[in-house]
Amino acid sequence: MKIAICVKEVPDPTAEKRIDPGTNRLVRTGENTLNPYDRHAIEEAVRIKESGVETEISIVLVGPASAARTVDKALAQGGDRSVHLADDGLADSDILATSRALAALLERDAYDLVLFGQQASDAECYVMAAAVAERLDRPCVSQAASLTLDGSTLRVKRQVETGYDTVEMPLPAVVSVSDAINEPRYPSLPAIMGAKRKPHEVLSLADAGIDPDTVGGAGSRTTVRGLSKPAGRGASVRIEDDGTAAEKILAFLVENKVVV
Amino acid sequence: MIPALSDVHEDLSALVRDFCEREIAPHTADWDRTHHVPVPVLRQLGDLGVLGVIIPEEHGGAGLDYTALCLVVEELARHDAGLSVAVAVHGGLCAAPLLRFGSPEQQARYLPRLASGELLGAYALTEPDAGSDTAAIRAQAVLDDGQWRLDGTKTWITNGGFADFFVLFARTGGGGAKGVSAFVSTRAEGLGSSHEIPKLGLHTSSTAEVVLDGFRVAADDLLGVRDDGLKIALATLDGGRITIAAQACGIARAALDLACRYAADRHAFGGPIARFQGVQFPIADISARLEGARLLMLRAAALRSAGKPHGLAGAQAKLIASRVAVDAADVAVQTLGGYGYSAEFGAERLYRDAKITELYEGTSQIQRLVIARHLLGAAARG
Ligand SMILES: Cc1cc2nc3c(=O)[nH]c(=O)nc-3n(C[C@H](O)[C@H](O)[C@H](O)COP(=O)(O)OP(=O)(O)OC[C@H]3O[C@@H](n4cnc5c(N)ncnc54)[C@H](O)[C@@H]3O)c2cc1C
Repeated sequence: MKIAICVKEVPDPTAEKRIDPGTNRLVRTGENTLNPYDRHAIEEAVRIKESGVETEISIVLVGPASAARTVDKALAQGGDRSVHLADDGLADSDILATSRALAALLERDAYDLVLFGQQASDAECYVMAAAVAERLDRPCVSQAASLTLDGSTLRVKRQVETGYDTVEMPLPAVVSVSDAINEPRYPSLPAIMGAKRKPHEVLSLADAGIDPDTVGGAGSRTTVRGLSKPAGRGASVRIEDDGTAAEKILAFLVENKVVV
Repeated sequence: MIPALSDVHEDLSALVRDFCEREIAPHTADWDRTHHVPVPVLRQLGDLGVLGVIIPEEHGGAGLDYTALCLVVEELARHDAGLSVAVAVHGGLCAAPLLRFGSPEQQARYLPRLASGELLGAYALTEPDAGSDTAAIRAQAVLDDGQWRLDGTKTWITNGGFADFFVLFARTGGGGAKGVSAFVSTRAEGLGSSHEIPKLGLHTSSTAEVVLDGFRVAADDLLGVRDDGLKIALATLDGGRITIAAQACGIARAALDLACRYAADRHAFGGPIARFQGVQFPIADISARLEGARLLMLRAAALRSAGKPHGLAGAQAKLIASRVAVDAADVAVQTLGGYGYSAEFGAERLYRDAKITELYEGTSQIQRLVIARHLLGAAARG
């Protein structure tokens, strides 16, 4: 079983996000780290491996050379090897361009399963898994709340607003896991120190056979025209507790068909 | 020597920070209130490899330097000063002397189990009538039938209530500084923890009286050279007090962060109290002093890691950092006003915990004495 986990380097999610007013883009000059949502994908792969299925876990990252530390963080979390596409020509890639680069990397090895975190904590787009699956022409499921392997079939419980869908699909497949799928373990100190010693493959666009015109600014089609705050939540009901609050809340819930 | 932190140092700090936020922070107030010593959390740190930071890889540790140990202690102290000293003693006062003075057999016997946290360590030097005056210890060790037999009372022993491994000091020769030997041993019959000592703060740390009553130690568990154990004790404390400086930095950081958060949130006279200079300046002073103390601590740790003399640097770091911790906790209480005095806001706990850093592993007077003797040489002794 070969599993690839596509991970992203993001600005430190505990720091305040800032937008450059000139470019309308996120400022990425501060501390960067591993997208926290990706830890759940890595953890899930490690659990598959620990369940007894012989597994090789590859960490796949598209990002600048300085993202090597993020690659190591992902490896410490549980990868066996890494593939890092690092090329200045990738700067300013949007989803379209990055998904092209990721798909090219993933096509170099025959992965049975490609995992993503549900979203990246910087841009919060939730779509990279689907974009990559489309390019690879593989089945794709998002918001996976559990994964069960049965030979070459993958059963995915998928979180939806009203409950769970269970989806079965053949491997190879692409899955983005929800952040409720597991509680990622702490990378132990030996794992942190061992990460550097694992096989690292660092590729340029040329190494990966990617046409520079199809990635980076040249291969991107997104322009941020403006930014605005989301609309407010609208009217809210405020219930003061004068001893009848519970009844009022119940009446409200029944009226809105939340409980019947 | 300018301290530089490596990627591994930063990743280690991040690991401990993450661990503290998830496993410790939700419980600190409760553990403090109920005087709960979270031993299982220490074993968990062992599972993560954090208890073996300075132990070489061939003995199951991470083989990192003393700076790494100090960073672990600092991060832990931001959340729980009691847990941080447990790790400081385990690493700085138990693993460290074994590494420096232990025979290859002793190292092979104990280091892997200290690295994994199977054995948690304690360091028993102080006695009821021998604190700063370490040469006054009276516990006796006599050779009896090919084994050492130890008798005496040790007090104020951190981790003493639960430790499985002890570094012990007892008299094997005449009185005075000569004639003390160091021993290493696991807990066994004859070594009893008689009681926990009630204290001002540090409620999540076990501080026990340890009674040696005919405690048998194998002949080859004498550490270093017979009758020369006080040198081991003092050399170990030279390094250990750098970890206490790190603990002080962690406590001060927690106090500073708390004061800043509160000052921004609390409103008085029509706006956040953070806009008052009387609130700003104490915070600014602590911040500047803390950064300075932290550099002293990292510098001393770097010297210790490089195997260079660090007695003076360590004493300077602890003297300064411990005062910053005490003052920072005071600023936190003052910034929170009445809520600072409340047991529900954390400042009061920091205030009680900070003081210990000026007392153990040499009081601040003793640090000044060490510093003065380095500077003034024989003249300082009169
Ligand atoms: C919570 C806690 C945990 C501890 N953990 C350990 C442990 O794990 N292992 C261990 O062995 N010990 C431990 N200790 C003991 C600690 O190191 C001693 O308490 C400390 O060294 C001071 O000794 P003392 O209490 O006997 O005070 P004393 O030595 O009696 O000192 C009393 C006062 O006199 C001052 N003084 C003493 N001598 C001089 C001098 N020459 N010049 C100027 N002033 C002087 C001191 O600074 C102090 O103000 C711990 C203590 C505490 C409180």
